[in-house]
Amino acid sequence: MSTHNDWVLICKVTDIPVLGSRRVRRENGLDVAVFRNSQDEVFALLDRCPHKGGPLSQGIVFGTHVACPLHNWTIGLCDGQASAPDEGCTPKFSVRLEGGSVYLNTAELVGHATDFVRPVAGPAHRTSVV
Amino acid sequence: MDMNLPPVQKQRLVMVGNGMAGVRTLEELLKIAPDLYEITVFGAEPHPNYNRILLSPVLAGEQTLDEIVLNPFSWYEENGITLHVGKTVTEVDRVKRIVRSKSSDGSIIEAAYDRLLLCTGSNPFILPVPGKDLEGVIAYRDIADTNAMIDAATRFKHAVVIGGGLLGLEAANGLMLRGMTVTVVHVQPTLMERQLDSVAGGMLQRSLEERGLKFLMGAQTQELVGSEDDGRSGRVKSIKFKDGSEVPADLVVMAVGIRPNTALASSMRLHVDKGIVVTDTMQTVTDARIYSVGECAAHRGIAYGLVAPLFEQGKVAANHLAMYGIGRYQGSLTSTKLKVTGIDLFSAGNFQGDENTEEIVMSDPFGGVYKKLVIQDDKLVGACMYGDTVDGSWYFKLLRDGRNIADIRDKLMFGESNIGDAGHEGHNKAASMPDDAEVCGCNGVKKGAICKAIKEKGLFTIEEVRKHTKASASCGSCTGLVEQILMFTAGGDYSATPKTKAMCGCTEHGHAAVRSAIRTPLPDGQKLLTIAGVFKHLDWKTPNGCASCRPAINYYLISTWPKEAVDDPQSRFINERSHANIQKDGTYSVIPRMWGGETTADELRRIANAVDKYNIPTVKVTGGQRIDLLGVKKEDLQAVWKDIGMPSGHAYAKALRTVKTCVGSEWCRMGTQDSTQMGKDLERAMWRMYAPHKVKFAVSGCPRNCAEAGIKDVGIIGVDSGWEMYVAGNGGIKTEVAHFFTKLKTVEEVLEYTGAFCELYRQEGWYLERTVHYVNRVGLDYVKKRILEDDAGRKALWEQLQFALDGEPDPWFDFKEAQVDTRQFDALTVKEGVAA
Repeated sequence: MSTHNDWVLICKVTDIPVLGSRRVRRENGLDVAVFRNSQDEVFALLDRCPHKGGPLSQGIVFGTHVACPLHNWTIGLCDGQASAPDEGCTPKFSVRLEGGSVYLNTAELVGHATDFVRPVAGPAHRTSVV
Repeated sequence: MDMNLPPVQKQRLVMVGNGMAGVRTLEELLKIAPDLYEITVFGAEPHPNYNRILLSPVLAGEQTLDEIVLNPFSWYEENGITLHVGKTVTEVDRVKRIVRSKSSDGSIIEAAYDRLLLCTGSNPFILPVPGKDLEGVIAYRDIADTNAMIDAATRFKHAVVIGGGLLGLEAANGLMLRGMTVTVVHVQPTLMERQLDSVAGGMLQRSLEERGLKFLMGAQTQELVGSEDDGRSGRVKSIKFKDGSEVPADLVVMAVGIRPNTALASSMRLHVDKGIVVTDTMQTVTDARIYSVGECAAHRGIAYGLVAPLFEQGKVAANHLAMYGIGRYQGSLTSTKLKVTGIDLFSAGNFQGDENTEEIVMSDPFGGVYKKLVIQDDKLVGACMYGDTVDGSWYFKLLRDGRNIADIRDKLMFGESNIGDAGHEGHNKAASMPDDAEVCGCNGVKKGAICKAIKEKGLFTIEEVRKHTKASASCGSCTGLVEQILMFTAGGDYSATPKTKAMCGCTEHGHAAVRSAIRTPLPDGQKLLTIAGVFKHLDWKTPNGCASCRPAINYYLISTWPKEAVDDPQSRFINERSHANIQKDGTYSVIPRMWGGETTADELRRIANAVDKYNIPTVKVTGGQRIDLLGVKKEDLQAVWKDIGMPSGHAYAKALRTVKTCVGSEWCRMGTQDSTQMGKDLERAMWRMYAPHKVKFAVSGCPRNCAEAGIKDVGIIGVDSGWEMYVAGNGGIKTEVAHFFTKLKTVEEVLEYTGAFCELYRQEGWYLERTVHYVNRVGLDYVKKRILEDDAGRKALWEQLQFALDGEPDPWFDFKEAQVDTRQFDALTVKEGVAA
């Protein structure tokens, strides 16, 4: 049983659009994406598709899935698993809902899945400079 | 009392027949309702489900029996299915609902059912001639027949195949490859008369003769003569014909056709006519508890023998068995291809032609190439090809889609590669491509990977290949190529099915049906104005759709009922939700609108300042005469828009993008018209216009056409006496030259005709269909009729567009009106000290 100090307030459920999501910034590691479905359930995943690192928070939410905005992989909100036949998994985060507020686990925010990075784009990506 | 009994008794499903169609039905059922039934399967053969189509390659020694097993015994075990192999069902008691199998040794197996699935397939037709029961006389239908032929080839010399159809020729080819002297006996004057016309049939015969097969055409079998008892018993030794001639035969293969196996169904007193008669839900008309799929089932008078239609049937039956109750099978179109390595032939549709059809024929008997296309009312209705079949799948697609071919008629014969294609090095011969050749340029899928997936995972449809390999899953330009690879690898019985393609997995309805449902007011006069309303009205299978149907329906609603339907940003792709273009690293690009491609020092200064202020890494000039700022962070987007102070370029949207112009008569010494001004006028009149897909215009001031108006959705070219208008060009995946549409005099006319064309496309185009595909689908003549010949209709369309665009907000500035949820730009942060 977790004590109250283990959970940190993120936002109200209503701060997340229905069938939408918000990004939660953290000190270390990529953002956490919090999703809200049509039943007002809230889910949290690392904001990174297992395929090519796309930001899942920007995808279209339907049922208990989100479609990655980059290449349309479908990721399960409950477990972070990619739908078959794609294979891969996004780290998931624990969520607590209480009185219309969304809480994430402090320890997870600090230490869970912090070693993932976003793909690099732009001139920094170029190999030859003339 | 047994406490281990489950609280609720599962329903019992019994399947009679263990073949491809039936087992596929079970697979579909287990996918959607894994725990609904306790399943029992009876199979007459001693094998698990195998790929019957691939028996020919096994006979020819190209594959082994183990390789063609689709579901090994372990599959049945893992799914908790009770399997009785080698057990023929001998009777069914429909009153007590019991299936009974009596073996010759007297043992009886019984199984009770709540639902019964009859997949008894078909039986080979055996000619009723004396000697048909002799040793060495067989049909060609299953593993036992195949093994008998392989065995005979090691011990005997002379083989006779009766029947010059698809199956007979495959059998003859296989026996010949195994070293036998093979004679094919065919009662008709040409081979494969049900699939080929006489010219192609003749070419096929010559080619097979060159390989060593012998043919007796028009020969009628009188009797088969045995080795003992004055020819009445023992092993077959020869075949006698009605004209008195006789040919030696140690093996006779009867391949004169198949008949739906309906003996059991008849004994159950189910209605049988050309097969077990079923409804669109694959239930028998006699007994709704009993389903039938596969070669034994007659749907609307047709018993199909190809894999794809049968799988489609299986899907529908599974849907009903799972109690979803929404699938409908509505029949299939089929095509044929012979699986004899090295011989290419293909036919589909009405390839014979009749008095109402026209034919385009190319015949080169010496080169071994023959192609015939049958056309009726500007549509392809049949195709028959020999020697060069690379475009078979393309023709089949044209035929299936009912696409109007008037505009490509002159090039039709030369195939799809002549219509212009990019992205796979112009490869169009699937068979001759090396395994490491790239098929799908978007997803980098090589031919070898596709073949491997088809073989190992047992794929049969283009959708399955798409899912497993991603080939043709993006731009789709390689679909024809992938279909060909599928045909070559999975075997010739592959056929693409549905006449109406469902929008996505959430529904059975196609785009046309959804559009028309939205346009048609309900009986109570109400309109469908919300996505939820559409889902409810059309019985959507999923609670809130998916990433492919929601954006489509959202577009259909706002384009059909402007100012009434409310836009739903959460049903739009991210680019149209954040009004910028997402990049691979999750940053965005910003392209401001520059009317007609003209800018000013002031605008450039503001852009330059924003680049510095927000550390924007890349500034690029686009192909549409605008400036692209790449790598903008999402939280900076609003500030960048504000600082630049230029309208949204909609470069991220399915909407009017750029209007490209040349300099025109203001400066150019060649210019005949003021193209820049015309471009600006068009752009100001039609920006903020959402459409099924992106829309691009271009205006050139003279026929030198520096603005490249010939590859735009609408291209305007200035000539001395006015303006020429071109439509439905495309510079993308398929480079398509725009069609000349009409000649106009004034600026007002150009606006009106362009607007009317766009509005027609907005109202009738399917979501993600470019103008080129829309015009191809409905035909240029139709578009001309609506825009050029119907003055009132054209004016009405132009007014409708103006009404829709009037007062439309600029999403970069009017956030509230454009429904831009500005919360998305800011990340949430964990504030210290607010832990609950």
